[in-house]
Amino acid sequence: MTTGLRHLLWTAAAAAALLAVTYAIPPFRNYQLATAAAYLCATAGLTVLVGLSGQLSLGHGAVMAVGAYAVALSQNRFADAGLTGNGVLAASLALGVLAALVAGLIVGLAAARLRGPYLAGVTLAVAVALPAVTTVWAGVFHSDQGLSVYLEPPPAGLGYDFPLERWQAWLALAGALLVMLLLANLVRSRFGRSLRAVRDDEVAARLAGIDVARTQVLAFVVSAGCAGLGGGLMAVLTQSVSPGAYSLTLSLFLLMAVVVGGLGRLAGAVWGALLLVVLPDLTHTIVASLTLSPAAAQRLEGNLPLAVFGLTLIVVMIAAPGGISGVVRRLTPASPLRR
Amino acid sequence: MDRFLFLTVDGLAKGAVYAAFALAVVLIWRAARIVNFAQGAMAVATVYAAYSVTQATGSYWLGFAAALAAGLLLGAGIERAVMRFVPHTSPLNSVIVALGLVLLLQAVLGAIYGNEFRPVETPFSRTGITVGGIALLSRYDLFVLGAVLVLVVLLALLFTRTSTGLRMRSAAFAPEVSRLLGVNVAGLLTFGWALAAAVGALAGMLVVPTELGLHPNTMDLVFVSSFTAAVVGGLDSPIGAVVGGLAVGLVLSYAAGYLGSDVTPLATLALLLVVLLIRPGGLFAGVRTRAV
Repeated sequence: MTTGLRHLLWTAAAAAALLAVTYAIPPFRNYQLATAAAYLCATAGLTVLVGLSGQLSLGHGAVMAVGAYAVALSQNRFADAGLTGNGVLAASLALGVLAALVAGLIVGLAAARLRGPYLAGVTLAVAVALPAVTTVWAGVFHSDQGLSVYLEPPPAGLGYDFPLERWQAWLALAGALLVMLLLANLVRSRFGRSLRAVRDDEVAARLAGIDVARTQVLAFVVSAGCAGLGGGLMAVLTQSVSPGAYSLTLSLFLLMAVVVGGLGRLAGAVWGALLLVVLPDLTHTIVASLTLSPAAAQRLEGNLPLAVFGLTLIVVMIAAPGGISGVVRRLTPASPLRR
Repeated sequence: MDRFLFLTVDGLAKGAVYAAFALAVVLIWRAARIVNFAQGAMAVATVYAAYSVTQATGSYWLGFAAALAAGLLLGAGIERAVMRFVPHTSPLNSVIVALGLVLLLQAVLGAIYGNEFRPVETPFSRTGITVGGIALLSRYDLFVLGAVLVLVVLLALLFTRTSTGLRMRSAAFAPEVSRLLGVNVAGLLTFGWALAAAVGALAGMLVVPTELGLHPNTMDLVFVSSFTAAVVGGLDSPIGAVVGGLAVGLVLSYAAGYLGSDVTPLATLALLLVVLLIRPGGLFAGVRTRAV
């Protein structure tokens, strides 16, 4: 069986299983599942960039914002023009991906000439500059308030009482599965091998005939496209976009997710995306179970997830650099198909 | 013309703080080859310590001393407890760990003090002294410039005139050889982190009153500006950091003055990109030892 066919079968199986899951769980859980799927698009792209090409981006939250704003703007324009239907949403998401691809190309062109901490610094500056962009061009982006996103109700063919959350979960899961399928094939392809070669030894890669700069720019573009789709889906889920939702903290969360999940492994991106949804939920439950004054509870509730994320990031980096998928891999017997 | 003069003076005062903060970045880079992305969060933590002491005692200067002491302790503690154990397999590792520290520190500060902006007092007036009809530097700006000047002189003396400074330079330049010659390389690394964090605390104390107020994220933008300053000067050069700091202060002041204060972060990003793409080693790069 060829690799491509195997990935296709896996994706179809995952889609069938997830479809069944969306019918079994209540709307709120469906919404969480959709959020995890939207995050997964971004973390999968980021893990390919950081883990395989060795380029660190602290600006993927900002790239998600590019996708989200593009989807918001185009959805609202289409709605104003009276265009409706499901093709419109697909077109908006495609525009979101396109905008993110362009953003990724611009950052990537600069990034290909930078290494390590310098690249981290530039992408950090991108993440910090994002709110300023929405303020300077307030006429388009409505500064801190952001935009609301027009979203049609689920298609009438699904029945009039079809929950919106399940429809959102379908949209987000479809996007995430598409990203995973594309990336799984990509990392197994010639391009994926070039990426690893460039990461491990640039000089050797160049000697082997690999265009190092081109490979690095392409990695950034691919990764940004995935993050843009994630951002666009996030805009569809929350039905609003604002700079506060795509702050530097989001970029750091995404990085935390891929590191804790296991750098460079798509399975790690899945773990990471799940963590991003489950951990805040968990800390919420913990805070709710404590008896605290309302003010203290509020302060703790907002900050406990951050503290847990930060601490996890440090501990994982020092104690288990392979992340969750590294631990899982060590516990399961090695399969001969794997590298 | 008056406006230009005002912006220039204001930019120099702001730039002095960026210079101090860039010095903190350069100190750690020289000692450990790590860009400490947690520098901003560490500085905010020390300013919160100062805030608590000042609230309790009513004295700005006790708070000031507390910030410096907290900086020394925090820097040494983070090096001993965290940074020492980061695997050196990839330069990305220390960056990622530092970012984890950012999340952790900001979360702890937010949980203790809450996520609202707190106004911070200044020891001197912030209204400009009028010279020939133009409002120029305030007393506080003069204090900032003076404090940074003292800092730069002290650091220069430490590194060029004392044996500790000589050991620190040798430990950073050739750790193996220094260790063989009996230099306590690990101890000096801890000292370097403590020193850098104290310098960062000083910069934080100076800059926070001129920002919106005290908030766990106050220093994010200041860190980006100071990182730019350090890169402009070449990460290795303390003189470069000072010149870079002043240059960044001026550019941001002109950008804010002529184009509106909203564009400051964009101006920082543009400046950083231009410097890195045109002269990646910085303006004061020494021998080219590593590709950027």
